[in-house]
Order: sequence, then structure tokens, then C-alpha cells
Amino acid sequence: MSTDQGPTDSPNPAYADGAWTLPGDRVRLAEDQALRLDSGVELEGVDVAYQTWGQLNADKSNAVLICHALTGDHFVLGEHPLTGKGGWWEAVVGAGKVIDTDRYFVICSNILGGCMGSTGPRAVNRETGQPWGKDFPVITIGDMVRAQKLLIDHLGIEKLFAVVGGSMGGMQVLEWACQFPDNVFAAVPIAAAARHSAQNIAFHEVGRQAIIADPDWRQGNYLAEGTRPYRGLAVARMAAHITYLSEAALTRKFGRNLQDRDSVTYGFEADFQVESYLRHQGNTFVDRFDANAYLFITRAMDYFDIADRFDGHLANAFKDTPVRFLVMSFTSDWLYPTRESREIVHALNAGGANVSFVEIASDKGHDAFLLDEPEFHKVFEGFLEGCAEHRGLNRKST
Amino acid sequence: MTPANPKAIRVDLQLIADMIEPGTKVLDVGCGNGDLLEYLWRTKQVDGRGIEISTQGVQACVSAGLSVVQGDVEKDLRNYPDGAFDYVILSQTVQAMMDPKGVIEQAMRIGKRAVVSLPNFAYWRVRLYVMFKGRMPVSESLPYEWYNTPNIHFCTIRDFVRLTRHMGLTIERSLFLDEEGSSRTMGNSIATANWFGEQAVFLLKK
Repeated sequence: MSTDQGPTDSPNPAYADGAWTLPGDRVRLAEDQALRLDSGVELEGVDVAYQTWGQLNADKSNAVLICHALTGDHFVLGEHPLTGKGGWWEAVVGAGKVIDTDRYFVICSNILGGCMGSTGPRAVNRETGQPWGKDFPVITIGDMVRAQKLLIDHLGIEKLFAVVGGSMGGMQVLEWACQFPDNVFAAVPIAAAARHSAQNIAFHEVGRQAIIADPDWRQGNYLAEGTRPYRGLAVARMAAHITYLSEAALTRKFGRNLQDRDSVTYGFEADFQVESYLRHQGNTFVDRFDANAYLFITRAMDYFDIADRFDGHLANAFKDTPVRFLVMSFTSDWLYPTRESREIVHALNAGGANVSFVEIASDKGHDAFLLDEPEFHKVFEGFLEGCAEHRGLNRKST
Repeated sequence: MTPANPKAIRVDLQLIADMIEPGTKVLDVGCGNGDLLEYLWRTKQVDGRGIEISTQGVQACVSAGLSVVQGDVEKDLRNYPDGAFDYVILSQTVQAMMDPKGVIEQAMRIGKRAVVSLPNFAYWRVRLYVMFKGRMPVSESLPYEWYNTPNIHFCTIRDFVRLTRHMGLTIERSLFLDEEGSSRTMGNSIATANWFGEQAVFLLKK
């Protein structure tokens, strides 16, 4: 495994001194009034890196907020500044796509706690002049959403046409609907859950322990000490990546095929294609992601449980909500299985909400929401179209 | 929002639609491809919701901008709060349920009124079919064989009226569709309806 050497340690331009050089914008918010976190800590001054596509219409009614997943960022479209690969949701977002940038004003921001320009463990704590590292306050999904709300206020948008996202993005969507129901017209949580399951917490703990066990983690002070816990972070990514796929997808893609060899080597090299693939996933991930950010964001997901704030009754979180919901799940997603989405739907029904729910047939596992899934896209697009009609948004002018 | 010429719907769906007041809140249980919900939205500005078990049906509905959840009626109705809808529609649905009475009870709990449409197994052609052919009837409107039919609890108009009495429900309106497909008021002439009605539509209230 080539992580012994680790990748070249080029500084992440999102946190380099001087001008903001990445695509999109960055704005400093919560300067006059600190952002109060669920933990009780008050963050004074919060940087939010974001990108927008399309035009905001005159009455500011066509804004769509995309919430990204655990290892996502705000580079939804176009070349990623660190990896050089395409944006993570080009299958869904773009001109003429499901989230049509010719029609909607599309916003995506790097989450609070992220590592692509927003305030997080990778950023400099202005009080100390040093990176926050593991001293960053523990954040929650709710905190991420409150930071996004500051951005939306900053952009002068009172009511978002839609808030959409998959996986942890879907959790943020649920938080938006719960915390700011009057500021959201439509909500689309995809492959998500209203609380993180024991199994999902367990997988996250494996990832965190892999990072912490890496001697280069240096008790979280690796930035100051000039090391990087690449091996730990790569292992965390490898374990997590398996949970994003399905057995059917792994079998279809790799089976027991051998990697560049005709027979097994009776050793621990990557004999199998699936091993080689996972190692590649791990190695490329460490180039773009911060290990401490991984710890903090997975923790935020583990703490997620909306019903907990409503005496265990999820329906009360959405009672008489004016928000229109589309909940979607995928048949082969075992990380956020359909029954978790159904629980959301049952609670929304009990709360009298306007809700649609579809389980999409796919063998691609949790990652299906990122991929080319025609039925998923058709349903998603039809829902947005119906909402646009109810919201009085004109069809795309021809 | 309302197109000049809304899509025409099946005659039995039209009868149901005619019983729904404009601007009300409606739950269509077993809404299929959403034809009725779309019609009610377009022509009566109804706030409509649906439940449908088939993936194909739900996808068609949501793609058309309707609010429909994929679910099993017999399990999921219990999640809805009391009196949440003005009408709960059971269009050609009860006869396909494991527990028709339970589903009607849920419908009456969730809705202020229920609209139920069902095929009549005592329609004269059905009676003659059984009498002369000695087989379970297969027709254009009921095209299934006994071994693959989703309709596991067929009843007659008289059976259904009896059930509503047993449940203490009031029939506010009742219609039946005759051989020509034209609708006739049932009123108290249950016997006539039971012979000549191919289908029936009931507006029920607690």
C-alpha cells in the first residue's frame, strides 16, 4: 500500500494565507453576533465558502440550496480544484438537468467543520493564530444548518425554493425543515435518516479509531508538527467506502477478479481488483481531506437525532409544517435503508405534512444518489416541477 | 394553473370527483397513476395526497407533481392523524384489501367523509356468468383469473350497504353505473342497483 510515503503535501489553498484563490466565494459571517453552537460554545466569526450557479430572479423565489455529504464540498459542478475531477453532482445539477441552473439559482456551501474553505478544524483559530485542529468545538448537523442560514440571510434570500441533499446532506435538509420551516418551500432528503443508527455510529467509530491510531495524527496536532495521518485517514475512507456500495455492485464491478496478475501471490499485496480499488479510494481521499475534519463531521452525524429534541416523537418535529417534502431511498442502500426513510415519511404523515415518498430500485447502494439513475432523476425533476407550479415559478423561458 | 381542457378521466373516477367539494383536502388511497388526484387538483383546486403500493404508480404520480407516498395502505393509514382530510377516497381499493373493514374504519377516522367505489359481484352479468359457465367471472372491467386477481374480497352492493349499517355509517349519496356506463342514483332501491349496477360509488359519513 503506497500510503507509506503518503501523497505530496501540497498546502490546501482553501486555508493558505492571502487571497481566496478557489472557484466561488468566501464570506465571513457571525462577526457581530456569535454563532451559538449546540455544545454551548460561541463561535465569533464564521467563514463560509460557497458557490452559486444561475441567476436569482427578481423576487428571489428560485433559490435552491444543495447540502453536501460527509466527504463532499461545494464544488458541485466543474473541475475540482484539488483533484481535477468533475463536480460531485453533475449527474443532477446543470443546464437542463434535474436542478436546472438555467431556471434556478443554485447555492452550495462548504459545511461548518468542513475542510474546503469554511471554518473548521483545518482553519486558523484567530485567537491563537494556529489551526484549530482537535481543539475545534464539536459541532452538530444543526450547527451546520445555522451557518447555512447565515449565508442565505447574507444573500438576501428569505425563502428558499428548495433545500436538497443526499446522505448527510439529507440530514441537513431535515434540520432546515425542522428549524426554519417558514424559510423553505420544498425539502428533498435523499438516502437519509432522521437519526444516525447504531450500525452507522459503529462504522464511524472504526474510521475515527483508524485515524487516531495513526502515530502521525500526533494527538490531533499534526498540522503544527508537520506530519499527516494519511494511513489512518485512508483506512477510514476504505472502510466507509464499502458502506457506500452494495454487495451486488462490488460483485458486478470486481467479482473475485485479480489485479494485473494471473494468480494469487501468497502474500498481502493487492491481489484482488477490489483491494486495489479500495486502496486507490483511500489514497486519493487523503489528498483532499483533513483527518480532523473527518473526526468532527462523523461525530456531528453520530449526534444527529431530530426526535430527541421532541421527547422522542419525530412527528412533533414536523407538526403542521408548511414545507412540501420528497423523501427518496434506494433499494440496495444498507447504510441508510428504506425503512429509515419510511420512518421519516410516517412522521411527516402524522404531522400532517405534504409528503411524497419513492423507493428507487437500484443495485448501486448508498452512492446511487450521486450516479446516473434515470428513475431517480425523473421523480426528482417531476417533484420540483410540481413545486415550481405551486410556488408560481414560471417554466423555463424558451 | 388550471389548463383549459383537463385530461378526461374514467367515468367511475368522474363520479367520485363529482362528490368532492372544491378546495378541500383529499387523501386518495390506492391512487394508481394519479389520474383522479391530478383531475381534482386541476379542476377543483383540491389539496390532494395519495398512497400507492406500486413503484410504477408512485413514480408516475410524483413525476406529475402530485404528493404521493409509496406504501402499504393496510399498514400506513394508521400513521395519519384523526380528521386530517375532508375526504378519504377508496377507489376500487377495498376489494383488494386483506382487511376491508379495517381500512374503511381507518378511512373514517382520518377523513370527515369517505368516498368508496367498488365493483358489484351481484351485477346480473356476473350472476349469469357464474350460473351458466360455472366459473369465476372474467370480464373487460375485471380481467383477472381467480388465481392472479388482486381482488381478494369481492362483495355485492347489498353486502356493502349491510357493512355500512353494521359499522354505523351514514350513506350520504350513492350511485351505480349501469351496463351503458351511465350513472344512476341508488337511493333506497338497493335491489335494482344490486342487479343492474356494474359498479357503485358511496359517499359515507360517520
